[in-house]
Amino acid sequence: MWTFSDLIIPLIISGILIYGLYRGIDVFNIFIKGAKQGIGISLKIVAPLVALITSVGMFKASGGLDVISNALEPIGRLLFLPTELIPLAILRPISGSGALVIFENILKDFGPDSFVGRVASVMQGSTETTFYTIAVYYGATKVIKTRYTLAASLTADIVGFIISGISVYFLLGS
Amino acid sequence: MMKWVFTGLIFLSVIFGILTGRVREVSSAAMKESSNAINLIISLMGSICLWSGIMKIAEDSKLTGKISNLLYPITKFIFKGLKKDSKALKTISMNMTANLMGLGNAATPLGIKAMKELEDEEKSSSTATKNMITFVVLNTASIQLVPTTIAFIRQKYNAVSPLDILPAILITSMVSVISGLLVIKIFSCFKSKDK
Repeated sequence: MWTFSDLIIPLIISGILIYGLYRGIDVFNIFIKGAKQGIGISLKIVAPLVALITSVGMFKASGGLDVISNALEPIGRLLFLPTELIPLAILRPISGSGALVIFENILKDFGPDSFVGRVASVMQGSTETTFYTIAVYYGATKVIKTRYTLAASLTADIVGFIISGISVYFLLGS
Repeated sequence: MMKWVFTGLIFLSVIFGILTGRVREVSSAAMKESSNAINLIISLMGSICLWSGIMKIAEDSKLTGKISNLLYPITKFIFKGLKKDSKALKTISMNMTANLMGLGNAATPLGIKAMKELEDEEKSSSTATKNMITFVVLNTASIQLVPTTIAFIRQKYNAVSPLDILPAILITSMVSVISGLLVIKIFSCFKSKDK
């Protein structure tokens, strides 16, 4: 059994290859040339990844997440956000795999069609692992001063979290 | 800025570790997670190489130029000062296309490549340019038309209709991206010499 979404990646890869052949390109050698650049890119992001994943891992192990979640509970209540979603909102920008575990637990405990399950789905789908993206994207350049990058992306995240509760409330009901 | 995130997280984990009596866990996480990072990069390396190779073909066959022209009405409003045939703008367009289709693995290598091209074209030294910041913010606020991963997980837990949250996700993403861009607009107004 497969669905249309499984077909997207094979279609894109084969489509680009066929188009390349049609334009008379030596697709194999060009592929190798591009893939070699990929090795360089991967090596450049090793160091920022180690820094970020280590610090996030230490934070998760320290139990700090629970303490901060409890502290933020009253604010969450003001914003239509059920308290169960606070840990997801905190972890989402810093750890993709950590957020995924919390997300799956919420769906398991409350069901995907509950209000909590739906808001969690919207949160998960409308934001990215912000810190990872910033570390990896700038890690490949020589940029040291990222200026207001973090301020702008965290604003987008926080607004996203708030709107996720409100949009589910108005579009799908509580 | 990232130095504060890095030291902040580690500092907090030491404090909370002592307060909650989990110092040993924090210590072993430091060792374990740093090697996890290497495992992650090894598994990522394959898809980064694959997509870099495929995109090189798309670039040489002038396919990326076509997609870039298609998105130009949108990108010219978001990224100021880039020429229409700029290399960075082409890679940015490919990254946005991959993001819209929910292909995170393809979007990341393209995004990194676009950052390096922006760096070359805008001749930034150690300071991020406005276009770089805008591009990173677009990527931190995921913009996807079909959230395939979410739908898949919702299906796994027997959702009645896994994609019923799609309109809510689209609205939320749009508002979130726009608010990020607004913050950039506000900040860049303070600096008149900004690129």
